Amino acid sequence: MQAFLNNFANVDTFVSVLPLLLSGLLVTVSLALVALPLSLLSGLLVALLFAVKNRVLTAVLFVLIDLCRSIPVLVLLMIIFYALPFLGLMMPPFVAVVLTLVINNTGYFGEIFRAGLASVPKHQQEAGLALGISRPRVLLFIVVPQAIRNVAAPLASNALELAKATSIASLVTMPELLRVAQVAQANVYNPTPLVAAAALYFIVLWPFSRLVARYELKTIKARY
Amino acid sequence: MGAIEEIFFNGEVIGRYWGEIVQGLMLTAEVSLLTVVLGIMGGLLLAVLKCFSNVVVDVIFAVFIDVFRTIPILVILFLVYFALPYAGLRLSPLVTTVATLSLVLTAYSAETFWVAIQAIPRGQTDAARALNIGAWSTIAFIILPQAIRLSIPLLCNRAIAITKGTALGAAVALPELLGSAQSAMSIAANPSPLTLAAGLYVLFFIPLVLLSRWLERRSTRERRA
Repeated sequence: MQAFLNNFANVDTFVSVLPLLLSGLLVTVSLALVALPLSLLSGLLVALLFAVKNRVLTAVLFVLIDLCRSIPVLVLLMIIFYALPFLGLMMPPFVAVVLTLVINNTGYFGEIFRAGLASVPKHQQEAGLALGISRPRVLLFIVVPQAIRNVAAPLASNALELAKATSIASLVTMPELLRVAQVAQANVYNPTPLVAAAALYFIVLWPFSRLVARYELKTIKARY
Repeated sequence: MGAIEEIFFNGEVIGRYWGEIVQGLMLTAEVSLLTVVLGIMGGLLLAVLKCFSNVVVDVIFAVFIDVFRTIPILVILFLVYFALPYAGLRLSPLVTTVATLSLVLTAYSAETFWVAIQAIPRGQTDAARALNIGAWSTIAFIILPQAIRLSIPLLCNRAIAITKGTALGAAVALPELLGSAQSAMSIAANPSPLTLAAGLYVLFFIPLVLLSRWLERRSTRERRA
């Protein structure tokens, strides 16, 4: 037991690598804070384009969304970070990771917002228009708020997945939480930094994870 | 245009590495299949165990689910591959990837199945008891069939999302589709293998994405009907 603790929860190691881990956590958090609003915005934009109700546009959007949903996020990152430079298109890891997360999640958020907009009864829009409210204002102030409420559960769940997906940044040498833990582990020859990083991820994300679980419970109960 | 073709769709490079990349695809398919089968069965098992709840089961269930739903897959993968050897447990890249992904899917599907089981009205269980049907039979033949049906659209999305995590296997030297394409790319100094891999991923996952869209739509229609 003592040997186990010395390896997996070595106090000296933990104290010495904690500042490094916290600096990594900061990078992780900033990745999520930059990528999440951008993804939400582009997802909402895609969903609003569905409202144009142009047959060709709708078909193109479905194809794009399904493409985004069927390419693993890591494959996308590898293309952006390792393949685009062959075209002379080079970008810093931070930008590459944010771009990857935004493209990947535009598909997911777009699909969620689309379903949300479709879930708002048509008469809401008709009533707004009949009252002489302009179409953009009807969409923005009447339809979108109800749509967002209807899809709050998948939105929260996907936001959590986005935050978790920032860990792939470690594979393009971004010094975020997972990466610094790996570097530290190579220096101290014990897995404490990795265990500590996992614990930090858990501590930071767990409240959101509980929230998502509660939302999902409500959704599935409403289904029956 | 010719330059783009030579860089991203180089027939000569693709021809040279085609065999390895297709082998990678096979490995991806294998890992995906194992993950889905193990993850769904694991989740179902946990959810059923939870039906006979006692304090110990409840605590283990809650901790297991929250841990595997909250920590990123890549972090768990690295813990299994780089940390467990310190405890004397050295797993191959294939076992590491399958174990990690199916544990994560187990956590998600256990939660979904459990929620669906709870959503079945209590009256069903009472009716079964009144008809003198045993506890196991009630769960197996009355509750589970309805609960599984209720969970399918949600699970389908989740299973696809986690199965796409097979690409993370490349990070622990598993020569699956992405891994084989990456090594081909670095040897050939040309990204065409990666383009090919991306195309194959799309071909592999598009039918699943369409299937889940169809399931989702069908269940929505049922609800409205």
